[in-house]
Amino acid sequence: MEEIYAKFVSQKISKTRWRPVPAGSLQTAETFATGSWDNEENRVSLWSIGDFGNLDSDGGFEGDHQLLCDIKHHGDVMDLQFFDQERIVAASSTGSVTLFLHHPNNQTLSVGQQWTAAHYHTSPGSPSCRSAPCTGVVCSNPEIVTVGEDGRINLFRADHKEAVRTIDNADSSTLHAVTFLRTPEILTVNSIGQLKIWDFRQQGNEPSQILSLTGDRVPLHCVDRHPNQQHVVATGGQDGMLSIWDVRQGTMPVSLLKAHEAEMWEVHFHPSNPDHLFTCSEDGSLWHWDASTDAPEKSSLFHEGGRSSIFLFHSISNQANVHQSVISSWLSTDPAKGRIEITSLLPNRTLSVNSLDVLGPCLVCGTDAEAIYVTRQLFS
Amino acid sequence: MRGCSRQRLIWQKGYCEDRLPLAQFSLTRCRGQDGGTRVECRRVVAMAERRGPCGIGGFGPAGSTGGARAGSSLATGAELEARARSFGGPANSRWLRLGAMEELDGEPTVTLIPGVNSSKKQMCFDWGPGEMLVCETSFNKKEKSETVPGCPFIYIIRKDVDVYSQILRKLFNESHGIFVGLQRIEEELTGKSRKAQLVRVSKNYRSVIRACMEEMHQVAIAAKDPACSCQFSSQVSILSAMELIWNLCEILFIEVAPAGPLLLHLLDWVRLHVCEVDNLLADVLGSENPRKHESFWKLPGTTQTLTELELKWQHWHEECERHLQDGTFASSPHLESLCKIMLGDEAALLEQKELLNNWYHFLVTRLLYSHPTVKPIDLHFYAQSSLDLFLGGESSPEPLDNILMAAFEFDIHQVIKECSIALSNWWFVAHLTDLLDHCKLLQSHNLYFGSNMREFLLLEYASGLFAHHSLWQLGVDYFDYCPELGRVSLELHIERIPLSTEQKALKVLRICEQRQMTEQVRSICKILAMKAVRNNRLGSALSWSIRAKDAAFATLVSDRFLRDYCERGCFSDLDLIDNLGPAMMLSDRLTFLGKYREFHRLYGEKRFVDAASLLLSLMTSQIAPRSFWMTLLTDALPLLEQKQVIFSAEQTYELMRCLEDLTSGRPVHGEPDAQRLQDDDIETTKVEMLRLALARNLARAIIKEGSLEGS
Repeated sequence: MEEIYAKFVSQKISKTRWRPVPAGSLQTAETFATGSWDNEENRVSLWSIGDFGNLDSDGGFEGDHQLLCDIKHHGDVMDLQFFDQERIVAASSTGSVTLFLHHPNNQTLSVGQQWTAAHYHTSPGSPSCRSAPCTGVVCSNPEIVTVGEDGRINLFRADHKEAVRTIDNADSSTLHAVTFLRTPEILTVNSIGQLKIWDFRQQGNEPSQILSLTGDRVPLHCVDRHPNQQHVVATGGQDGMLSIWDVRQGTMPVSLLKAHEAEMWEVHFHPSNPDHLFTCSEDGSLWHWDASTDAPEKSSLFHEGGRSSIFLFHSISNQANVHQSVISSWLSTDPAKGRIEITSLLPNRTLSVNSLDVLGPCLVCGTDAEAIYVTRQLFS
Repeated sequence: MRGCSRQRLIWQKGYCEDRLPLAQFSLTRCRGQDGGTRVECRRVVAMAERRGPCGIGGFGPAGSTGGARAGSSLATGAELEARARSFGGPANSRWLRLGAMEELDGEPTVTLIPGVNSSKKQMCFDWGPGEMLVCETSFNKKEKSETVPGCPFIYIIRKDVDVYSQILRKLFNESHGIFVGLQRIEEELTGKSRKAQLVRVSKNYRSVIRACMEEMHQVAIAAKDPACSCQFSSQVSILSAMELIWNLCEILFIEVAPAGPLLLHLLDWVRLHVCEVDNLLADVLGSENPRKHESFWKLPGTTQTLTELELKWQHWHEECERHLQDGTFASSPHLESLCKIMLGDEAALLEQKELLNNWYHFLVTRLLYSHPTVKPIDLHFYAQSSLDLFLGGESSPEPLDNILMAAFEFDIHQVIKECSIALSNWWFVAHLTDLLDHCKLLQSHNLYFGSNMREFLLLEYASGLFAHHSLWQLGVDYFDYCPELGRVSLELHIERIPLSTEQKALKVLRICEQRQMTEQVRSICKILAMKAVRNNRLGSALSWSIRAKDAAFATLVSDRFLRDYCERGCFSDLDLIDNLGPAMMLSDRLTFLGKYREFHRLYGEKRFVDAASLLLSLMTSQIAPRSFWMTLLTDALPLLEQKQVIFSAEQTYELMRCLEDLTSGRPVHGEPDAQRLQDDDIETTKVEMLRLALARNLARAIIKEGSLEGS
């Protein structure tokens, strides 16, 4: 990792997301959105890493990201997703879900659509509702799915004022994250270590499948699906463990990888190079996991500046599926083949790295130390 | 607007004898102009903020400040004239006092509380976390009823106003990383490498200050509002002064430059901080004797010893003097004065006073031409005389002058003390003192309260961070590196962090768990569990009490589950109860809940024999609460009525004994009313039915068992 740029922004960053590049275009990532948390006044901001003139000749501003525009956000930004090129969906700790519009002409953000009180608690005795934080959001145009501390799942459509579908009491504990599995199916993770698959075609309020870690009930905080192999799912837990699941079979993870020392807040497969995976954690680290088997020489299993860490890679799946012709490197159970090279991307330990996003050769992450880190040469 | 007077709150500082800092307050009243308007408030705020670390930070309707979970309650009825005292931990102290206890180091900062209605003579105050709340009360001696609505404002007096600056936040965040890095510097590192590392750390700190200063400068230029711009500009000058002081301390205390290089460092120092110096020096040096001053500039050459240099310089000096005496430059007064300057003639230098920006510029210039090999030990003498000469008795030295003078005198404690008084934040003194402490310069000095000075200042700074709604996370690491009182302070502060979302709670929990703060971990989990119960989220509540290993609360939540079951006839939150695992052992009631649910599952799967023995064991092992036995026995009914015999004769006897235990132990109610009679009626019917079913089952079991034995 040669060049990683840090910028202090005077707000704790809870989420960072690249704006998607139009399909089929050769553009690289150049705009990203951030959300802040725990501030008196939180904001959703858009940043550009594009070159501003030719300042890089004297080493000045090259790589530094500049604020394009920002807008107030009521409550902590709990999650953030680009709905499309111009629209951003933000989940709030106040239980509301907001769709922001970006106007590139005059570089402003405005509120496009808002679903207030999408998530709420009902008190036993009184009819009044208390808002519950919305913890996760995922979009697949035109649908938006949100989950919250109230254990509720909402399905919105960008052009509908009301929720299209709501599953009350979908979970008895807090839902931490959500992602799409196949189009009508979503996948949620909760605070008692369960992974649930929901099918919106089914009418009931029951998940179609429950997978869980055995016994330990370690909360899961994040989930991501393999971009090409839709049955491969990665989750990150409170103990910093990375779990790889094959949702087609079994109710237990295929492999458990000991990773960070504290909560893993986010996990992302590289969208176009899914042998690479990225995780970040409360312990202030950001890791790049390389499971590509074609790398010629791998001298060491673990590279990190001056820090020795026990790295356990053990697989708990049976050997039955090894013979499959196309097998993801993440499901491989052969210890020799299943070598994973891990690199720590941040130069120093800092406060919690809350969020990261990868797109092409670019990575962005945000921390509680109020810094945004950007690199444009991931695979150099 | 009636003419009402303003209240003046005078902050007096002192310490009590039990080694804990004591903040003393006296609330006095003084007549002033009308003070009831908001505009007035703002003006006063601005003034207060400029004056020192204490200013009024915010206003709001009463109650809006109640963000803290364990916010202090405000004492009521404290009378205005009353001399109030407040004892407390280190967070309550305002000034660090290094001198004798009796004398005050500086004028106490006066903070005006605007808009207080003096005719009521009521005001109270209390410490919030790291800040003070002052409010007017509706307390009225004559009328006991609280009919008079109180003043809608609570004033928050913040200790460290700079913490709230958007730009300075970057300074705090960036320097936090440097601070943590510094604490991890290997203690074994000694000598040169250690010194080099410390100098590097010092330079890092300074570069952060400079970056911050530059940004502040940009903002000041860009600001459209002149008042705003002025405020930023004053911040720039404060930052610039901070960097100036830090740099001098770095040269004198950390780098510890010996005679010779010392002057070069000082030259750099002046050049860095006085923009015009560069041009000036070029003018002065580049003009007259290039050959000679070229040789002078070779001064730092390593081959030359100090004595050699001194000899050469002496030679050059004499040559210049000769030129002057010979009247070589007599034709040009300018050249003559230039020559005088190069000889270090003070009078000639002072003639050019307007070119010299300040006395330390004068000092360094003077040293350059008259004492280039000045020893560190002699610095203070030249510094003092330069200051006196430069000011010429016209003006008195300012705080910055005193700080620099203290540094030239190598009086570190005086530097820190003066900085504490003059600067508007704790950041500077805390970090500088910590760095100097790492240079092993402060070890001899211990305070008569708390721990040592380094720790005291770090605690002050960290408390300020904790008072901020967002920067509290930075404060944790500072507390960690305060060996004596850090832990206690952290425990006190962390409990006051509002837990708005579970995510934030998890972060606070992680901090506590990493430091084995079990008491705090339990309290946080309990708060979250209570919150979940209030929100009717029993599953979450149970998860939190399991995490806290809080058996009592787990019992309470389990009871709620069982009650809900009795009311609705079905379980909620099965995903949790079915997956309790070993956590089930936390409390008996939870075990019962888990097992009872297991019974239902077995029954649902038509595994009647297993279900029956589990049901019976729940009662015989006393896991099931007595109050629930009737429900369990009722659950046994359908099993007793099955076609095949499920309960063995022995099991049936056991069931019968359970039923008799339950019915015989029943208390006799006095004065039965209609409702109770009806209830009792239902109960009696239930018992009769059970007895009948048990008897029939017993008969069938005996026959079955008998016939099996017989065959």
